[in-house]
Amino acid sequence: MTAILTISGLEKRFGGVLATDHVDLDVVKGECHAIIGPNGAGKSTLIAQLSGTVVPDRGSIRLNGRDITREAAYKRARLGVTRSFQITSLVMPMSVIDNVALAVQAREGHSFKLVRPARSISRIRQEALARLAEVGLAERADAPTVILSHGEHRLMEIAIALASGAELMLLDEPMAGLGPTESARMVELLSRLKSTRTILLVEHDMDAVFALADRISVLVYGRIIATGTPDEIRGNAEVRHAYLGEE
Amino acid sequence: MTGFGKPGLPVVVVVALLAVLPTWFHFNGDAFYLDLATRLVILGIAAVSLNLILGYGGLVSFGHAAYLGIGAYCVGIPAHHALYGGLDAIATNSGWFQIPLAVAVSALFALVTGAICLRTKGVHFIMITMAFAQMVYYFFVSIDEYGADDGLVIDTRSELGLIDFDNPLQLYFFCLGSLVVAMALVHMIVNSRFGMVLQGAKGNNDRMVSLGYNTYLYRLVAYVISGAMCGFAGALLGNFTTFISPEMMDWSHSGELMFMVILGGASTAVGPILGSAAFIIIEEVLSRFTIYWHLPFGLMLLAVVLFARGGFSGIIDRLRGRKLLPGEG
Repeated sequence: MTAILTISGLEKRFGGVLATDHVDLDVVKGECHAIIGPNGAGKSTLIAQLSGTVVPDRGSIRLNGRDITREAAYKRARLGVTRSFQITSLVMPMSVIDNVALAVQAREGHSFKLVRPARSISRIRQEALARLAEVGLAERADAPTVILSHGEHRLMEIAIALASGAELMLLDEPMAGLGPTESARMVELLSRLKSTRTILLVEHDMDAVFALADRISVLVYGRIIATGTPDEIRGNAEVRHAYLGEE
Repeated sequence: MTGFGKPGLPVVVVVALLAVLPTWFHFNGDAFYLDLATRLVILGIAAVSLNLILGYGGLVSFGHAAYLGIGAYCVGIPAHHALYGGLDAIATNSGWFQIPLAVAVSALFALVTGAICLRTKGVHFIMITMAFAQMVYYFFVSIDEYGADDGLVIDTRSELGLIDFDNPLQLYFFCLGSLVVAMALVHMIVNSRFGMVLQGAKGNNDRMVSLGYNTYLYRLVAYVISGAMCGFAGALLGNFTTFISPEMMDWSHSGELMFMVILGGASTAVGPILGSAAFIIIEEVLSRFTIYWHLPFGLMLLAVVLFARGGFSGIIDRLRGRKLLPGEG
């Protein structure tokens, strides 16, 4: 049981709000670790600090032992962290496969390659197509991204995360805005993926969380009040009071 | 357009027209139209270079006329010293020196200013690129040796061995050849892996950063390539007009280059050429009727922006019933 990601003593304050209040968290290799918590608990701020768009005030974030607390966002991606976005974040004017190909291409190091046409490099195209097939979007590969449905966009986010080859996937509410059938499809997809990847999952959909997570951390007012297996969390009185009881 | 080396139909048609029509006019004794076509093609190269960063990179540079001026001064200043002495290190009429100098100085200027400009976004980027261009403008206004705001007459055109720039037809075909090369280069770049990153950063910078791309560096490289290419166009412009003044670098001319790209259709191969052709023709026709030709021109631009998304090449695509993705067509 080695920790890929170690967060210790993390703090972030926005004015009078302590959005991240001394958070300690381990993500162990191979697990699916879910973070749940009511709205405004600081989940998005935590993800932003992990992906490098928000700089913490105090504390440290370590990836495989390496301190990345203040590492630039683009460098973290190269060190093996990728994220999906709560609000779909794709290159809309490009085709579906181009979006995924950019993630494959990013793994090759720099892309200051100005001569060969990118779309003719079969190694990249085939891998992108394989990742699209994995999420069930292979037949949509050549469509412009903008015409796909919201549910398909969420699946594209996952395909891109897969294609980036990251060891650790930060999934920020992958079920957001999905209908029941689409949600079921996403849960089924993620449960297939979790055997091969380490996932830090932020999600509101409790059915999905309890179906997928190996461990759950509960975040309330920026603080982690409990971490444990789904059964432990279900049985935790404080959690029931702070979170589940409110449903 | 699917692979490298297969230009789209509109590109072939436009280049063929540009090769045939001015030649025909030339041999029918109508030298004026060849002049017009030369100006069109040179501004076309500048517009193609701007399209690389504006169309494909989403970087709205409001200072591209500065590169036209820098390029032209890189022809004029060595020629000036070759004639009047002084600054022996650069005093020459050789195009083999002047044109690479124009490209190198423009690239350097783009590197230094781009490194600063690209730290900003949106309106700030527009304003700071314009500010740097105005700095170059006032720099040349303040140098009496090179004519200050009266400008500098280029007494001798660049000497390039077999090609004689004093022959209007040879100068024209050199410019047209350069335009074709410039379009091929931009086409190659935007379809490369580098170009995909550039276009990705235009569409969604956060996504590109989260994938591990340092988009700042990609944009800077594109900015330098664009500046160098526009500086090359400037060297041709100096040879064409045999006169260079700071006025050529005025922000209004940077605006005209933007008009050409947007009017013709940004992020398309043929758009900048259609735009510069439209600009030259409209300017020519309208200015025969009124000296206030900018007003109807402005209204036309508004109409294109409001009602014809994608400019002229957008209209062509719709007529041909095609919906293209960026980087194609």
